[in-house]
Amino acid sequence: MFDVVRVGEHGLIGEVIEMHQDQASIQVYEETAGLGPGAEVYTTGAPLSVELGPGLIENIYDGIQRPLNAMLEMSGPNITRGINVEALPRDIKWEFEPTVEVGAIVQGGDVIGTVQETVSVVHRVMVPVGTGGRVEEISKGSFTVEETVCVLVDDAGRRIDVTMMQKWPVRRGRPYKEKLVPEMPMVTGQRVIDTLFPIAKGGVAAVPGPFGSGKTVVQHQLAKWADADIVVYIGCGERGNEMTDVLMEFPELKDPKSGEPLMKRTVLIANTSDMPVAAREASIYTGITIAEYFRDMGYSVALMADSTSRWAEALREMSGRLEEMPGEEGYPAYLASRLAQFYERAGRVIALGSEGREGALTAIGAVSPPGGDISEPVSQATLRIVKVFWNLDSTLAYARHFPAINWLTSYSLYIDRLMPWYAEHVDKDFPELYQKTMIMLQEEAELQEIVQLVGQDALSFADRLKLEACKSIREDYLHQNAFHEVDTYASLDKQYMLLRLIINFYELSLDAIRQGASYQSLIQLPVRESIGRFKYVSEEEVPTYYKNIAEELERDVRELVSKGGSAE
Amino acid sequence: MIKEYKSISEVAGPLMLVKDVEGVSYDELGEIILPSGEVRQCKVLEVNGPNALVQLFESAAGINLLDSKVRFLGKGIELGVSEDMLGRVFDGLGRPNDNGPEIIPEKYLDINGLPMNPAARDYPAEFIQTGVSAIDGLNTLVRGQKLPIFSGSGLPHANLAAQIARQAKVLGGESNFAVVFAAIGITFEEADFFISDFKRTGAIERTILFTNLANDPAIERIATPRIALTAAEYLAFDKGMHVLVILTDITNYAEALREVSAARKEVPGRRGYPGYMYTDLATLYERAGRKKGFEGSITMIPILTMPEDDKTHPIPDLTGYITEGQIILARELHRKGVVPPVDVLPSLSRLKDKGIGRGKTREDHADTMNQLFAAYSSGKQSKELMAILGEAALSDVDLLFAKFADEFENRYVSQGFETDRSIEETLELGWELLGLLPRGELKRVRDEYLDRYLPAALTEISAHHESELIDDRKSCSLEDGEA
Repeated sequence: MFDVVRVGEHGLIGEVIEMHQDQASIQVYEETAGLGPGAEVYTTGAPLSVELGPGLIENIYDGIQRPLNAMLEMSGPNITRGINVEALPRDIKWEFEPTVEVGAIVQGGDVIGTVQETVSVVHRVMVPVGTGGRVEEISKGSFTVEETVCVLVDDAGRRIDVTMMQKWPVRRGRPYKEKLVPEMPMVTGQRVIDTLFPIAKGGVAAVPGPFGSGKTVVQHQLAKWADADIVVYIGCGERGNEMTDVLMEFPELKDPKSGEPLMKRTVLIANTSDMPVAAREASIYTGITIAEYFRDMGYSVALMADSTSRWAEALREMSGRLEEMPGEEGYPAYLASRLAQFYERAGRVIALGSEGREGALTAIGAVSPPGGDISEPVSQATLRIVKVFWNLDSTLAYARHFPAINWLTSYSLYIDRLMPWYAEHVDKDFPELYQKTMIMLQEEAELQEIVQLVGQDALSFADRLKLEACKSIREDYLHQNAFHEVDTYASLDKQYMLLRLIINFYELSLDAIRQGASYQSLIQLPVRESIGRFKYVSEEEVPTYYKNIAEELERDVRELVSKGGSAE
Repeated sequence: MIKEYKSISEVAGPLMLVKDVEGVSYDELGEIILPSGEVRQCKVLEVNGPNALVQLFESAAGINLLDSKVRFLGKGIELGVSEDMLGRVFDGLGRPNDNGPEIIPEKYLDINGLPMNPAARDYPAEFIQTGVSAIDGLNTLVRGQKLPIFSGSGLPHANLAAQIARQAKVLGGESNFAVVFAAIGITFEEADFFISDFKRTGAIERTILFTNLANDPAIERIATPRIALTAAEYLAFDKGMHVLVILTDITNYAEALREVSAARKEVPGRRGYPGYMYTDLATLYERAGRKKGFEGSITMIPILTMPEDDKTHPIPDLTGYITEGQIILARELHRKGVVPPVDVLPSLSRLKDKGIGRGKTREDHADTMNQLFAAYSSGKQSKELMAILGEAALSDVDLLFAKFADEFENRYVSQGFETDRSIEETLELGWELLGLLPRGELKRVRDEYLDRYLPAALTEISAHHESELIDDRKSCSLEDGEA
């Protein structure tokens, strides 16, 4: 089962997915036009595997790890069939720097040396899983991925040649020593995510939403700004131009941490919607296996899959061809368990090896529910697994409120676990601020219902002030322009300060109203416009800007209190 | 040697079973020779041992099991292409239909095309000026984009598509431009509207038309868009032209797909459409785009009528997930007399951000666009509120927004099918409308642009009409000034 085969005169790549006595069903990863009875099938005797080693970063692969750039050179701008390309470049010589000495005892997962793969990424060469022994030879110098860099002698006295390249079957999770509970947030620079619905390093999140609600932009933003060491981006059954966008933009954008181009830490898997369906099914496994490999090196890896619905549809298409009994909406009955298996490969782990390296794999899957209705099977199966749910809302998207994450229906189950981290690393008030914001937004929804019925004038000034403050939270805080050069990323400190200002405005004004200040003049305070502009202030100027506004705010409100309620 | 089989054993709807065949392969093209000598085309859908299941591209009428013969040609369906196709009319399978001479093909191309390597794509970033404010200003079309028009029965989508085809141009320089038009199962009158519009404006000279009308065989429609796109690819990537492809109506295409799927007794997906419809539509839509190192481009405007105006129906839904945005026409606006009735809020162009801004349109384009969207959305909300509670319940600012929404619909969106607005006119109009609102509400626009563009709009307006509303806004900006 699951052996890779070559089919027909073109040598199309396929995989055995079912066997009945002397018959086997083969899923072919390429267009099958022109095949007929009598075509020859050869087995390669190995399951579908990916090549792991230096050369992965900055590359763009199709669903079965064929490098698209190499294919472009071989066959021109359109993908022809039966192309056989090596996943890792064989001609590049990498500078191998040993980190162990001759005579050292190593086991599977131990790092024996490093390669500076790109300016941002040090590739740690590990002893393949399941081997180990005493280092007999190890040498510094330039090697290709196929050349032996180290020779081990195991307990039985056998010599094992270790190269920089390993292979691993994609449908099997890479082993680790121990799985840990996530307890650190993955900072994304997106205010609504970091403050209200944070995701932990090693966590799983889902972004469902109808078309046009900005799923892909959210995914791109996370791929750009998440504080991960490595990003694996899987474009699974999506638009070709979106992948082109990533390909053209990532080399230009700078990582806020290292200052190097984002592409230097990114691996792309692109199986666009017009590419063969079967390879789409394989693409998310290819992606997560590569992600696990970097996790095992001790890195924090973020994996984005856009979109898992297309993957599920590929599964459905093949299930239909196999004439399996369909479950809900024609999806196979094993849809939920396959999805769960995929997401469960994420997590924070102690990697194999004697050093106890800690790595994390964070998985974020986009879901494209038909008609935006999340009662459909893929969304429901996903929601049962993930801990973070960013619900994209088409009404918000139509009002061009982006990211269109609905703050009332979304949730993050990591919030309790992460709040102590925020209190320690951002500000001790942060958890309190978070609570206040969430309560206010909830109350706003209730007040809005009343306003719908009886109009705003029927509300007390305190309630109207709350509405104003919430409007400010929505427009000045939660709304974030991904295409604005400054606003696209906000550090946690900036997020905290901005939210602090808005909440301060609310609380000070509330006090002022109780002391008789005029509501109209409070909401027309010019300082509010400065708060509105806060998000466009660059990170360096933020602390002074914050200080000035905070002082101005307090002074202005105090003045109004002393003037009293003259206007009303 | 090509064998002819007389072993047709079943004909049912668009499908036919041929027994005891040899050497037939998947997706191969076949020809059916009727006793009368007529030749029809078909395609192999399934080969099961010695039996081949074949899908007809034309009507099954007249095929008899005894005397009809089938031969398989050992290749897929191909279209003979040549530059001489410009200005001609063809049927849904690419045969001349205008009493003109046969085309002498320069070469033959497989109509299924090949998936484009994502690494070979060039990102669409060239602004196309359609002269329609609702598109240029808010849902900008760029070269190489696929932007469908979601319409409903009885809405003027044909007029809008014809207007775009007529007015579309790239700023700064003439270029080699062509239109490929595929009529998929539409009525004679609708097709004739396009043809006479193209003739009237002289656009017919650079247009290739493929027509499969409502009374032509439904299954032929499965091939029609592919044939049109093959011709478009030839013009774009072999001849370096910028091709605008209009496909109308995709709903009819999807229904033909469903017909074949039902005949094959496949497990249906939503509403009886096949589960692979997403992939199938993607293989059409994704053929739009630009390639690195090639001069030409394919910009695609598929038109589809949403059954019951329901955007969540599988056809618009799956289309929306593949295409780069959508232009939605609204019945409500149509009834109000807004021409074209573009509902800008749910409409979207995903590629607009790369096609606008300094050097492409104008630096303030992105900000004003966001602001117009946000303001129109608030205005609509205010109007809803006004309908429930009456005008008195609204705050002054809300009233301004409501007024803005009306003005926006009547002046910005409604421009008629003959007006061709330049992008500067569109942007200026946008500023003029934003001038109705207090400056403090314009949070989506950078200060520098407000300073540069707003006052101009401001004086223009106050010169035009003096009203309380304006005074209101002035007093607001005065307060800002004091601060």
